[in-house]
Amino acid sequence: MAGITARGLSTVYPGGVRAVDELDLEVTDGELFALLGPSGCGKTTLLRTIAGLESASEGTVSIGSRDVTRLPPGDRRVAMVFQDYALFPHMTVAENIAYPLKVRGAARSVRDETAARTAAGLSLDGLLERRPGQLSGGQQQRAALARAVAASAEVLLLDEPLSNLDARLRLEARTFLKKLQRELALTTVFVTHDQAEALALADRIAVMDAGRIRQIGTPREVFQRPADTFVANFIGSTPMNLVPRDAEIIGVRPEYLAPAPSGLFTGTVSIVENLGVTSLVTLDCGVGYVVPEDDEPAVGTTVTVDAPPARVLRYDRETGLLVR
Amino acid sequence: MSPLWMVRRIGFYVLVAVVMAFFAVPMLWLASAPFDSRPGLGLRWPDWTLDNVTATFDHPYALTSLVNSLVLCVIATVVTTVLAALAAYALSRVRIPGRDLLLYLLLLLSSVVTGTAAMVPIFVMMLQLGLINSQFGTALVIAGGMLPAAIFILKDFMDAVPRSYEESARVFGASPRQVLAHVVLPVARPGVATIFVWAFVNAWGNFLLPFLLLRDVGAQPAAVLLRTLYDEGGSANLTVIPVFSLLYSIPVVVLYLFVNRRYGFRFHGGIKS
Repeated sequence: MAGITARGLSTVYPGGVRAVDELDLEVTDGELFALLGPSGCGKTTLLRTIAGLESASEGTVSIGSRDVTRLPPGDRRVAMVFQDYALFPHMTVAENIAYPLKVRGAARSVRDETAARTAAGLSLDGLLERRPGQLSGGQQQRAALARAVAASAEVLLLDEPLSNLDARLRLEARTFLKKLQRELALTTVFVTHDQAEALALADRIAVMDAGRIRQIGTPREVFQRPADTFVANFIGSTPMNLVPRDAEIIGVRPEYLAPAPSGLFTGTVSIVENLGVTSLVTLDCGVGYVVPEDDEPAVGTTVTVDAPPARVLRYDRETGLLVR
Repeated sequence: MSPLWMVRRIGFYVLVAVVMAFFAVPMLWLASAPFDSRPGLGLRWPDWTLDNVTATFDHPYALTSLVNSLVLCVIATVVTTVLAALAAYALSRVRIPGRDLLLYLLLLLSSVVTGTAAMVPIFVMMLQLGLINSQFGTALVIAGGMLPAAIFILKDFMDAVPRSYEESARVFGASPRQVLAHVVLPVARPGVATIFVWAFVNAWGNFLLPFLLLRDVGAQPAAVLLRTLYDEGGSANLTVIPVFSLLYSIPVVVLYLFVNRRYGFRFHGGIKS
């Protein structure tokens, strides 16, 4: 078991694209850590650099106390689950799970035993003799996780672990993944572009953009106090209201706004969107707020909304950084 | 079911029957003539005998030439398949400028290099190397001629092997050799099997190269010996040729059936999942 430390890490692709740009990162031992960001922000490249599949151009990566910057992937004691799971189609589930042991030259009996035990832990028993092509999406994902677990690595890396599952299965797999990580207490880094997934799963989140980390924090910190307007915009199932006012940008989440006799914003209702138990009301001044079901104002009415002072964030208009 | 439709339908089946007969007659000849007491060039119900078989087996070079063919083809096919698989994998994965141009040039040149145009230089080169009458030398020349096309076809299969498979194996500590043996080759197996059979059939039927490079009758493969099967009068030796032809065609059919059953043929890459 070990944490991961990156110091001044850069990964530059041939052609000069700085996918990861002088990045510092510390993942503590046993933590479930999310790398979150839009497509092309460098999160997958960072994960691949930790795995050793991309070589760092500058800086260092350490796992535990070992500097692994120059080590090949196989010597880093990491296990990785790929977005497409990368289960070998010509091997059975058992052979796939035991593959890390086969590479190390373990005897057949040891491999079979490990495959059976690992598979049982991930409720894959009875599927051991199947080929990956005969498994459902969720089973494939668990088989790929089982293979990574069987590698008995110090660090588990997951590239978009839930993105290949359909929406309903995703919730189930999310809970499963978190439970598994807690049981194994294995330092785990996963990449996602889905902020809800990151908030739900992770102990801590690093929000990335253009190869740099914009904010690192617990899901609560990142949700309640986004460090800059980029993070504010990216996190949250409904986009945060960011309204320029004087030298500042006022940021309030739609969930924190409620109608009040007087307050921050006033406008006429232009759109009402049903979100299930709540509705998102958008005013003509561009501000959105969330109301409970059956409480929606009629389109065209004038509404004033306000939020508790602690929930109102102020960003610098020039730099976009949080002022207070 | 209008009359016109009927006429069209009948016309279609007649056409199909004619085309099929065109292909079937030589096959039927090959099945019947070897066991006919008086084999001719026509097709007829044989009066069964095994005399032709005995005569063929007694022929001083017939069986030797089949063994020669086998040796020649196995060497050429193995060399082609192994080198093409390695080269195709490398060319599929390594990023070098002008890679595709190189591949197309190779393919273009391949028809020239072992084609008729290059026969004289190849002969001179082999003579100077002392490889005339060498099974191994001839097999290498045949393999050289097949390699570009084999690489070209196999590269498509290698391209279709997802990189994540290899990367996954690498993260688990597999060496490049293990990645190739455990992951890439098994996934690209239909392609390798296709190339294997294709190369074998090509080498088996190759006439010009062994004809020129193997001057000794005792070293010649079946495809070349077939040309020399005349009787004293100078007409085709019809006691030996039918049986010899039958024996000559068996290995290719057997190989095809075997490989097709085990691996299945495909002429393009792709993963069934």
